[in-house]
Amino acid sequence: MSKVEEFVDVVVVGAGHAGCEAALACARLGMKTVIFTVSIDSIALMPCNPNIGGSSKGHLVREVDALGGEMGKNIDKTFIQSKMLNRSKGPAVHSLRAQADKADYSRSMRRVLEQTENLMIKQMEVAELIVEDHILTGIKTISGAVYHCKAAILCMGTYLKARCIYGDVSTYTGPNGLQAANHLSDSLIRNGIQIYRYKTGTPARIAKKSIDFTKMEEQKGDETIVPFSFTTDPQSIQKEQVSCWLTYTNEKTHEIIRENIDRSPLFSGKIEGTGPRYCPSIEDKVVRFSDKARHQVFIEPEGIHTDEMYIGGMSSSLPEDVQIRMYRSVPGLEHAQIVRNAYAIEYDCIDARQLKLSLEFKEISGLFSAGQFNGSSGYEEAAAQGIIAGINAARKIKGQEPFLLDRSEAYIGVLIDDLVTKENHEPYRMMTSRAEYRLLLRQDNADLRLTKKGHEIGLIDDYRYQKLLRKEKEIEQEIHRLEKTYIGAGSRIQDFLSSLGSFGLKSSATLAELIRRPELSYDLLADIDPERPALPKEVTDQVNILIKYDGYLQRQLKQVEQFRKLEKRSIPETINYDEVPSLRIEARQKLKQYQPASIGQASRIAGVSPADVSVLLVYLEKERQRKKHE
Amino acid sequence: MKNDTIAAISTAVANSGIGIVRISGERAIAVADKVYRSKSQKKKLVDQPSHTVHYGYIQDDNEVIDEVLVTLMRAPKSYTTEDVVEISCHGGIYSMRRVLDAVIRNGARPAEPGEFTKRAFLNGRIDLSQAEAVIDVINAKNQYALKSSLSQLKGSVYKKITELRKKILSQLAFIEAALDDPEHISLDGYAKSLEQEIKRLADQIRELINSSDNGRILKEGIQTVILGKPNAGKSSILNTLLKEERAIVTDVAGTTRDVLEETISFDGMLLNLVDTAGIRNTEDIVEKIGIGKAKEKAKQADLVIYVADSSTEVDENDREIINVLKEKKGIVLLNKSDLPQVTSEEDLKEYLGGFFPVLTVSAKEKIGFDQLKRQIYEMFYSGEINFNDEIYITNARQKAALTEAENSLERVLLSIENNMPEDFYSIDLMDAYTSLGEIIGEAVGEDLINEIFGKFCMGK
Repeated sequence: MSKVEEFVDVVVVGAGHAGCEAALACARLGMKTVIFTVSIDSIALMPCNPNIGGSSKGHLVREVDALGGEMGKNIDKTFIQSKMLNRSKGPAVHSLRAQADKADYSRSMRRVLEQTENLMIKQMEVAELIVEDHILTGIKTISGAVYHCKAAILCMGTYLKARCIYGDVSTYTGPNGLQAANHLSDSLIRNGIQIYRYKTGTPARIAKKSIDFTKMEEQKGDETIVPFSFTTDPQSIQKEQVSCWLTYTNEKTHEIIRENIDRSPLFSGKIEGTGPRYCPSIEDKVVRFSDKARHQVFIEPEGIHTDEMYIGGMSSSLPEDVQIRMYRSVPGLEHAQIVRNAYAIEYDCIDARQLKLSLEFKEISGLFSAGQFNGSSGYEEAAAQGIIAGINAARKIKGQEPFLLDRSEAYIGVLIDDLVTKENHEPYRMMTSRAEYRLLLRQDNADLRLTKKGHEIGLIDDYRYQKLLRKEKEIEQEIHRLEKTYIGAGSRIQDFLSSLGSFGLKSSATLAELIRRPELSYDLLADIDPERPALPKEVTDQVNILIKYDGYLQRQLKQVEQFRKLEKRSIPETINYDEVPSLRIEARQKLKQYQPASIGQASRIAGVSPADVSVLLVYLEKERQRKKHE
Repeated sequence: MKNDTIAAISTAVANSGIGIVRISGERAIAVADKVYRSKSQKKKLVDQPSHTVHYGYIQDDNEVIDEVLVTLMRAPKSYTTEDVVEISCHGGIYSMRRVLDAVIRNGARPAEPGEFTKRAFLNGRIDLSQAEAVIDVINAKNQYALKSSLSQLKGSVYKKITELRKKILSQLAFIEAALDDPEHISLDGYAKSLEQEIKRLADQIRELINSSDNGRILKEGIQTVILGKPNAGKSSILNTLLKEERAIVTDVAGTTRDVLEETISFDGMLLNLVDTAGIRNTEDIVEKIGIGKAKEKAKQADLVIYVADSSTEVDENDREIINVLKEKKGIVLLNKSDLPQVTSEEDLKEYLGGFFPVLTVSAKEKIGFDQLKRQIYEMFYSGEINFNDEIYITNARQKAALTEAENSLERVLLSIENNMPEDFYSIDLMDAYTSLGEIIGEAVGEDLINEIFGKFCMGK
């Protein structure tokens, strides 16, 4: 009876976007780490859309990068088209999105994992958690091997008890026909973890050679490509890009769908999981928005070395014959050859309110969880949780305080706080409107917000840290100079201003004051600013934004100050809510169930009223005074 | 948690003549100085020592509101341990409210229920044994606030605020949907249409704010007309309410020939009571003029109290009154419950068609008047009593929140004027939405996300 027995620091279950970041963070922080995957050829797989970033998701990628994560670097190496969305809007909502070469992306991430010290990759399904007295001590694989560990991070994505469905066809596989993970759910339930069932879906892939692009609008990438990673030299990634294509559904498409709606498992009730509203299937769109005469369809390449095209906007779980007719009704797709059918997928996930803000389970010490398994959706949301779970697993082992980001520091903070505090009924997607302080949480300043923290944690090297300090200083000095440099109201200046459509000066003004004028900017004033030092664009961009939007930024900073006061009031884990007088019953139950870490977090729980928060504050103060007297 | 400067009327709001407006917080004295004027016009409160009392005036835009005594208590020797200023007002409820209003406009925030006490405790002023009592205070006041906000749910204020919020939310959702999915939704030319809408919304909010500034309900009170056939006991009812005999009361029908007006106050409301000549068909010229006036007054009234006589049959005169009443908000009093009953509540309700609350009272025995006051109170705070369908904002917190909302909308307009990108609009729109939510006790929660997904077909 000789079983395999290994001793490691951290076990990561799953090698998707969460798992990769989690494992890399742990290994880079010196933890002996093993990452399990059901298929080593599917590391960092993108089973759905072939892009990274987009509105608010681009912010997450930047933040992961600023903390020392891998996603940004990896997409910079493997993208085939890049676009900055919302360029005409304010800097807070500029969002980078890149089309990935999926195979390249996966291969490249695998190389990084393979080349990372302390990190072992293992193709094996994990079957069981080993938990002793609410402390995780190891995991067991389906082969019976035992890995003793000090922490484990669950990153199973959509693989747990996964089922793919279209029409009458239903297969018990993970995405892309990959093997599902069927064993772990039972072990989780045995350990008191509550499991939900969510669903999502993906459209068909169609052979490029069967598509008539002349009937579609071409969607090109940006002329100047902006990298995701703050470490990537923009010059190094300017390259030829491939195009995406835009076409539309029409009344005929909708008719086909309506006629067959009863054959959709989503509508016939064969799928029970809760699906996301933000990426509805095409049948969902047609039913819910019946007044819309057409819907956009984006045709996106899955990579350079493949003929497969992703049909964005038309995910579906209709039967195969309906799918063929439906896709072929779209202009340009009349002769479409479907390579992979569209399908819906159902999977096990958890209610993330079982987690602390550190992403550790409240009831099982040493067990962490990240990614789609936490009820989120999207590669970027997964990566963001992955790096935080990885950092915190390592810190726990080292006996350090958890690393937490709050809602005023990062989109990552908003994401995790929403997941572990609020009630979610569908896979959670990041959106800029979820961030209260989004003017401060821009994608352009993610490094200024987070790279110092990344350095403290140990994921950012000294070189990058010094570079950041220099950038900070340059920004500060240049702003100071502009606030102090006065421009006289001479005729040359008046002519210059009127040539830019700006009104003349009554008396002298500072350069900063001129930059604040809506029609002017830092760059536009170069001609009347002879003292201007040569500075990199990343510095002058910050200078321009910080001066131009100063009034708005100051207001948000004030709001953040108020917010922090409540966040700083921590609630001890030992609190007994039954002893707090005058709490309403609903509030008492919710507080007991979700054990918020601070007054701020408590105030965001549905069912806890401002009066309850007041009561809680008074109680905590009373306890503090009592302890002081003792 | 907030250490900003707060203010409230800290005596029971009643027509007791004297009342105190209390200000507490870092800027309490600075705020008070902005509204206080000493007799010599030179004295500044900020220069005065702690625990001193100062005579002077409170003024608002150079208009004197009230003659007051101001008590100064500097931190930490005050109830809250913060700087505290107490303004003792003499001019009754209306001027007290105006003093509070001026204080708020000059930098204080309306205090939450129990907030002075909460601060006192959190600042260590009150000892441990009192902590539970503090919690009870907060709770009791919150329940009270909840109750009054619940009664407003039915009211017109709630309806109006909800309507405003819905319009703001719909704009917000559009902007946010476009930011989230720029390839689907374009914002081209949107600023123009938003500007129009915001101007409309800001106007409506201003109207609401003005309703509290100019509200007749606060200045003049609820115009209440007492109707009833001769000798039904109108004047006795009025007198009981006034607790003193001012109208002439006799047993001879038709003694009140003209119209009498008196003002009473309870629970923060002013009631203008108008006693009228009894309505009956008459040839007496003097009395006829009186009756005409009564009908006319009733038509202008905010509230009609119809006094019926339970010791007599419902007759032609009663029917005529019921006809007048049908157009109005009214309460029916079945008077003379001390005498043998001829007409019962049920009989009367049949005539009334069930539209009006009927209370049984006895002016002689002073029975049923608490119910009457409660009925008026509830009708007022639920928005049932209003003037020509105008809506009235009745408390300082609501008003402050409305002002916040208005300021936020003004900032949106400024952003539009300055050609700021659209995402800046939504920051101030959200603030406006949040402020309006405070009035009706609704938090933002997932409203925006739900609106986005509900209205816009999102995602690929």
